Amino acid sequence: MFTGEWDGRHEGMGAGMAGTIPWERVRKAGHTLTTPLDPDDYLRFLNPLWTARELRGRVEKVIPETEDAATLVIRPGWGWRYRHRPGQYVGIGIQVDGKFQWRSYSVSSEPRRRGRTIAITVRAMPEGKLSSHLVNGLEPGTILRLALPEGDFTLPDPPPPRMLFLVAGSGVTPVMSMLRTLDRRGALSGDDAPDVVMHYSSPTPDRMIFRDELEALAEKHDRLTLHQLHTDTDGMLELEHPEKGLDGICPDWRERETWACGPGPMLDAISEHFEKEGLEDQLHLERFQLKLGDQGGEGGTITFRNSGKSIEVDGATTVLEAGEEAGVGMPYGCRMGICHTCTLTLVEGTVRDLRNGDEFGQPNEPVQTCVTAAVGDCTLDI
Amino acid sequence: MAIADVKEYTHLWEEEVEQIGRELDAIRQEIEESRGASDAAYINRLIKIQRGLATAGRVSMLAGTWGGRWAPRAEKPALVAGATFLGLAKILENMEIGHNVMHGQWDWMNDPEIHSSNWEWDTAQPAEQWKHSHNYIHHQFTNVLGHDNDIGYGILRMAREQRWHPYYLGQPVYNALLATLFQWGVALHDLDLERIRKGEKDPKEMKRQLKQIFRKGRNQILKDYVVYPALSGPRWKQVAVANATSNLTRNLWSYVIIFCGHFPDGAMHFTEEELEDETRAEWYLRQVLGAANFKGGPLLHVLSGNLGFQIEHHLFPDLPSNRYAEISVKVRALCDKYDIPYTTGPLHRQYGQALRTIIKLSVPNSWTSSNDPAPPERPDTANEPERDRRRKSDAERQPRRAELGAWTRSPQERSHD
Repeated sequence: MFTGEWDGRHEGMGAGMAGTIPWERVRKAGHTLTTPLDPDDYLRFLNPLWTARELRGRVEKVIPETEDAATLVIRPGWGWRYRHRPGQYVGIGIQVDGKFQWRSYSVSSEPRRRGRTIAITVRAMPEGKLSSHLVNGLEPGTILRLALPEGDFTLPDPPPPRMLFLVAGSGVTPVMSMLRTLDRRGALSGDDAPDVVMHYSSPTPDRMIFRDELEALAEKHDRLTLHQLHTDTDGMLELEHPEKGLDGICPDWRERETWACGPGPMLDAISEHFEKEGLEDQLHLERFQLKLGDQGGEGGTITFRNSGKSIEVDGATTVLEAGEEAGVGMPYGCRMGICHTCTLTLVEGTVRDLRNGDEFGQPNEPVQTCVTAAVGDCTLDI
Repeated sequence: MAIADVKEYTHLWEEEVEQIGRELDAIRQEIEESRGASDAAYINRLIKIQRGLATAGRVSMLAGTWGGRWAPRAEKPALVAGATFLGLAKILENMEIGHNVMHGQWDWMNDPEIHSSNWEWDTAQPAEQWKHSHNYIHHQFTNVLGHDNDIGYGILRMAREQRWHPYYLGQPVYNALLATLFQWGVALHDLDLERIRKGEKDPKEMKRQLKQIFRKGRNQILKDYVVYPALSGPRWKQVAVANATSNLTRNLWSYVIIFCGHFPDGAMHFTEEELEDETRAEWYLRQVLGAANFKGGPLLHVLSGNLGFQIEHHLFPDLPSNRYAEISVKVRALCDKYDIPYTTGPLHRQYGQALRTIIKLSVPNSWTSSNDPAPPERPDTANEPERDRRRKSDAERQPRRAELGAWTRSPQERSHD
């Protein structure tokens, strides 16, 4: 009965699920009572989840996965769409010292239309104040800010006949969501089931998130092969090595659709390797980047006034990416236009919001750099 | 007497002025670095209280009118309580929350629900226009004759340098009208009626602004005078009157507070010459000389949006208002050290002085004497040259400074361009 629910064909219906339409109308009518605010601005004081203005979620459970990773089961509030596509990520915002900080995390739970919760799995990074806080510091009942699922690191429907997953560390989470979905749909067994090979690198077996579940899945399904690599003892995956590399793990990798998720250097190596073989079209990478619409700017030279740096960019590159490319210490948060952490003053020039085409070009106008691109030359105050 | 050069007026050397600027920058930095969880808790708590008061106000009015059938004697107290709560809610929203949020005082929290880019306040003026007329025009060109449209708001004559005209004989009446209808006066402020009258205003921009004002004003009127009265059934009139009372209370209160900001004796005016090559430090100095504080307890300061610290607000418009009290101690000490006038006094005295100026300036200068502190002998401004008195357009002004608070087209409006 759930066939096809996660393939994106019904996207957009999520918000208009049966039963919510009259409710939406009631809230809209309520606006005349609360103008210029929304009814939600008052209702959230009765229940923090009763607002769709900024999406919120309540932490229901914190499940330890390994010593330094935990799964957060979150109950989203009004306005949430449970129909994420497996592999997508959500933004999580928490207030640290009064300031909202945002990070993106892959959803590890499978999408369920009638779901009430979503799960994300977070590993505490040594330098990551926020991820440590999420893993160790959150009590059930904490209210978080959420951003709707994004990302095109997803499975097509129907899934391709042969697949390869290359994951490392907490990069397993989006793939876990995919495998759980395939498993629940019965798509991993039967004659026409796809053939799946998964390579999973982790320093030690103990640090391997979802190890038991993955091993159980591999045992249950003949067509799912799990290859584990413990890098503390066996070293990192050497892609080009004839035995220990891709050719050894999965000799037919060139004929497979591949999804890779893990630390940046690993992804760089993988994409380089695929490019060398001319197979980059078969590779999907997760780098937590918002897919922005076709509202591109025209590009131009962006000058960063205080640091004296400048860079020439095309109309699809966000100001934030341009700044990072130029080596400017750009502030950023959610990277999806929600949190305003990345807002800088546009001294001169015009930028376009890649989500909707709005242009900003007043002198000294504040702009959200993560979702805007240059329309001609511009200067920013940083 | 208007000041043409703050350095000369304060008898400070350029190096001293720059040193004052550095010390003020250091105060700013200290506050910026110490903003944290307790500040965030403050604004969130205040918003909660304000929305609670608004709800309590609306609910007591409805309960009073409907419950009046069974308990007729409870109706009036319920309506009075309702109007009081609602009036307080509107005052808090406009003064301590809306005004300050729109200056960007809370933008550092990265909370889109409490952010200058999209806050819309509970008054008739659209936030976008306020952020232009107030954050930019008033805060950057504070008290500069011909530049700051808040010197009398185009209605009153508040500086002796403004030429007298028989029209101003009616000033006490215009003042009373402005106080009563304050939110509507503010709503029209950014339109620049004078430019419209002279046909100098871009018709497209005018239409856009008028549409914004119309839409906002209509929603405000519908809420207070149609929807809530309708919900109270046959006793709708009582609720409409109670709502009008709370709006009037808010109008009078914000009028008094705002008139205490720059019109008491001691808040100086400046001539255009001051703007030429004005350094950041001189801009600071102009803010100190052009603003007036008033004294009071914590409750008075919260209800007035901390504008009793007008000097500190003008120095640091985008620092959180709950910190102005502690900033004022340092600013006061700095002013004492350099012998810079720092105007303050009890609220009634400050407003009394503003009122006296309104009445005095309704007649020609020669009939009255100035209450300004004795100016040093200065030949250059003794004979004011004839000046172009019309409002400047943005193209004729210096561009915005960033710390005054952000200005951006409101999100709903942007798509209609």
